[in-house]
Amino acid sequence: MARELKLMKGNEAIARAMIASGTDGYFGYPITPQSEVMETLMAEKPWETTGMTVLQAESEVASINMVYGGAATGKKVATSSSSPGISLMQEGLTYLAGAEIPCLIVNVMRGGPGLGTIQPSQSDYFQSVKGGGHGDYQLYTLAPASVQEMYDFVFDAWDIAFKYRNPVLILSDGAIGQCMEKLYTRDNVARWTEEERRKNAPWGTWGKPKDRAHNIITSLELDSARQEVFNLKLQKKYDEMKEKEVRYEMLNCEDADYIIVAYGSSSRIAMKAMQMAREKGIKVGLFRLITLFPFPTKQLAEVAEHVKGILCVEMSAGQMIEDVKLATKCGVKTEHFGRFGGIIPTPGEVLEALENKIIK
Amino acid sequence: MAFKGQIIIDTEHCKGCGVCVPVCPMKCIELSKEVNGKGYNYTHTVNDSCIGCASCAMVCPDGVISVYKKKI
Amino acid sequence: MNQDIEARKQELLKEGYEEVYTRTKVLTDAVMHYCPGCGHGTTHRLIAEVIDEMGIQDQVVGVSPVGCSVLAYNYFDVDFQEAAHGRAPALATAIKRLNPDTFVFTYQGDGDLAAIGTAETIHAANRGENITMIFVNNGIYGMTGGQMAPTTLVGMRSATTPYGRRVDLNGYPLRMTELLSTLPGTYYVTRQSVQNPAAVRKAKAAIRKAFENQKLKKGLSFVEILSNCNSGWKMTPVAANKWMEDNMMPNYPIGDIKVDGKICEGIDANRLVLDHPLTVMQ
Repeated sequence: MARELKLMKGNEAIARAMIASGTDGYFGYPITPQSEVMETLMAEKPWETTGMTVLQAESEVASINMVYGGAATGKKVATSSSSPGISLMQEGLTYLAGAEIPCLIVNVMRGGPGLGTIQPSQSDYFQSVKGGGHGDYQLYTLAPASVQEMYDFVFDAWDIAFKYRNPVLILSDGAIGQCMEKLYTRDNVARWTEEERRKNAPWGTWGKPKDRAHNIITSLELDSARQEVFNLKLQKKYDEMKEKEVRYEMLNCEDADYIIVAYGSSSRIAMKAMQMAREKGIKVGLFRLITLFPFPTKQLAEVAEHVKGILCVEMSAGQMIEDVKLATKCGVKTEHFGRFGGIIPTPGEVLEALENKIIK
Repeated sequence: MAFKGQIIIDTEHCKGCGVCVPVCPMKCIELSKEVNGKGYNYTHTVNDSCIGCASCAMVCPDGVISVYKKKI
Repeated sequence: MNQDIEARKQELLKEGYEEVYTRTKVLTDAVMHYCPGCGHGTTHRLIAEVIDEMGIQDQVVGVSPVGCSVLAYNYFDVDFQEAAHGRAPALATAIKRLNPDTFVFTYQGDGDLAAIGTAETIHAANRGENITMIFVNNGIYGMTGGQMAPTTLVGMRSATTPYGRRVDLNGYPLRMTELLSTLPGTYYVTRQSVQNPAAVRKAKAAIRKAFENQKLKKGLSFVEILSNCNSGWKMTPVAANKWMEDNMMPNYPIGDIKVDGKICEGIDANRLVLDHPLTVMQ
């Protein structure tokens, strides 16, 4: 498929981008509101075209571990789920991070805690960027705000995952996953040939040739001194991501008196609220996070120096706000506004919160 | 036809578990009273009745026994 | 020392001796961490010998579990992945599906395969994954210090059943191998042991068959190896092997259960039923 204009759901975009980006395997388990990812893959039958493997696993626990097994052979392997399923995957995620296995995980968030609701939410921020599983690790976390970004970020994810030997998380939500929008497709990227796999993933376990030692994929190191060296290596990798791979978008921040910080669905509501505020003569800017880890700490701090207040909008009880306050060292008035239970705030509510919590 | 056997024991890597001792049909191996570098009473041969049947090697969990034989 | 051994070997060859047995090169030189006399070492050796004899060292990917054999990857000179507890069959599923020309095997203990990994085990078997699963059953959690496993016998003492396993409290020993044989996805299901030379030879033939079956692409091959845990059972290795024969084998009978996709002749249908009466230890 070359560059074409299409209309599709966010979840479908993820599936089609996986096929188009040369993904080798997908292992998943149905859960609302992301089941269309696997449904689209099964309907498309990519095993007949690109040779991509698609399998419905018996659980999210199994699917994330299938990602581990497949991706550890140096292939591009992905899964997708929604919040409760992602909770089940946390064990696998920390093993993937600990064994430094590049792979892609998509979380189309729904409301929690527990079984919660099937409606959109953004309450998995902590789980995504503050660990989730055990141990000191980070997932490179992208937050798409449109169906186009759902599609594009899959391609971007493979570049980052293999560049850093790190799992990449696309943190979306039920609103982006379920809404239909136009998108421009990209040229297909062929799946790696055997030679490319060996070149791009020399650490992979595909059968030990005579000219190299056996490759071992593990996250176990019983020697404390060696484990510490490994932990330091991981931290260095995360520092490098913080230095080089931060992504964000600023709208009207140059002259802003106030800014709204948001990501994903909330950033779209916030954009409208910003326009409404400007019409009323209030100079509001939007700072949209694209990567949640690495967080655009420096860039946000610079903007915060010349504003009077920051409103954090997130469909949660206030998780991202902690990183905003850390970035600005609490130097400017910062408040959270969010709705729960799958309710998406209206632009009017956001503007009202800005006026009542920040400007007043 | 009879065989004469010889076994070579990597005594430094023997853990002295002794599972080879009762399986030897010729009763030619025992645990030594001496210990190796790890403190294990390693396996050693006590007579030259070995027929090279490799029973000892079959059950050795650590693969420390090599077996040789020739026709006599 | 190793040089001395090598020299002695050369000497014997010069004297007209032929080599009957020596440690396979598919095992690395690393000293296995297993307790003296543990069946894990013997089972490792047999798998390595089969890989060696089949000439597939460059096509094998192994998956190690969590438990005593977590470090198996240090002992096999083949590519290896280390799985989270119980998840080896999920890893193996993806390895094989994405790399159909490889020989993939999991190596798991009873806690890993029959407790925490029950779902992954049953579903990999039920999907008929073309992999080999090696299941070492010693009726106990060895690595964590001898706690009750799903396979612990009724009446058997462990760190968490200090007065013996009770059915009313802990349920029945789980015969995973019989259970898996009832699934259409399994092609070869057998139970073997490694306590004496004859048993070792049979176990090796079974492991060989389980690896050869991967060429046929007809389903999963499952080899249970009944083994001792002399440390956990608090016995000498030789006594533990005897105890295993006397107590484990009546509950976990040795032999093929399913060959070439068919339940073997002479297998009592009742044996496949999980509530079949079990021997209670005195």
